[in-house]
Amino acid sequence: LHEYQVIGRRLPTENEPTPKLFRMRIFAPNEVVAKSRYWYFLSKLHKAKRASGEIVSVNEIFESKPLTVKNYGIWLRYDSRSGTHNMYKEYRETTRAAAVASCYQDMAARHRARFSSVQIIRVAEVKAADVRRPYIQQLIQPNLKFPLPHRNTRAAKRSDRSLIIAQRPSTFY
Amino acid sequence: MSGSFKRLVEVGRVVLINRGIDSGKVATIVEIVDHRRAIIDGPTTDVKRQVIPFNNVVLTDIVVKGLPRGIGSKRLAVFLEKNQVVEAWQKSAWAQKLDARKRRSNMSDFDRFKLMRLKRQQRDIVDRQVAKLRKERA
Repeated sequence: LHEYQVIGRRLPTENEPTPKLFRMRIFAPNEVVAKSRYWYFLSKLHKAKRASGEIVSVNEIFESKPLTVKNYGIWLRYDSRSGTHNMYKEYRETTRAAAVASCYQDMAARHRARFSSVQIIRVAEVKAADVRRPYIQQLIQPNLKFPLPHRNTRAAKRSDRSLIIAQRPSTFY
Repeated sequence: MSGSFKRLVEVGRVVLINRGIDSGKVATIVEIVDHRRAIIDGPTTDVKRQVIPFNNVVLTDIVVKGLPRGIGSKRLAVFLEKNQVVEAWQKSAWAQKLDARKRRSNMSDFDRFKLMRLKRQQRDIVDRQVAKLRKERA
């Protein structure tokens, strides 16, 4: 998933020669889907639709510090089989787009919610003191250290995989 | 943490990369993302700073003590130089075995010929001595 900044407006008319520009930050796999989602959201919020509007610009937004881990809080709204609910979830990722992608995967796994049923309301970086979920709090404690109790020895390359090996593999690190 | 697990995932743990472009190189854990991934960096061993899953990596016994979480590449290089970390890795039996394996697999036919000759000379000297001693004992 990438994050896009999509700016669009209604088409200019005689009554409204310079319509207001509306900007949205959309998470989508590509620009085509980004533009589609833009109109989906915009027509919910304003009297504007794709047929009577135009997209002024689509720019990808890149993460300014992609190599630092951040705690992201994601506010979302999703349709379940019997209603629509709000949620707040937290993810520990390096970029906003990765956090949202993780969120979509998580929603699909835990709630069987597909991409079209999930609306991301807000994504914000959360300071360590404000983290609400214990599954994230356990990862931000100082001097964190843990063992890897079960080690899977995987071949370095796919071609090195072997059906039969000489010794039973050891899973102890 | 339990006593039977000596190699822990922690900031400063030196790690051998197993899979991917940098396989065979050594890097240091700079920050832990979650239970499956960490940010590693190897400024002195030509490993770019990256997020890597633990499946693609092997923990070694070497830890760089006193490393602050999320340290930058330049300061990490200074830490590594001061603690002689990469040298400690290269001296370890593990690294030397990997190196020997690589050298053996990169041998040309001429290298194998030279090896055969040297082994034969060694065998010659040893077997002559053994034969002599056996004769003396008998």
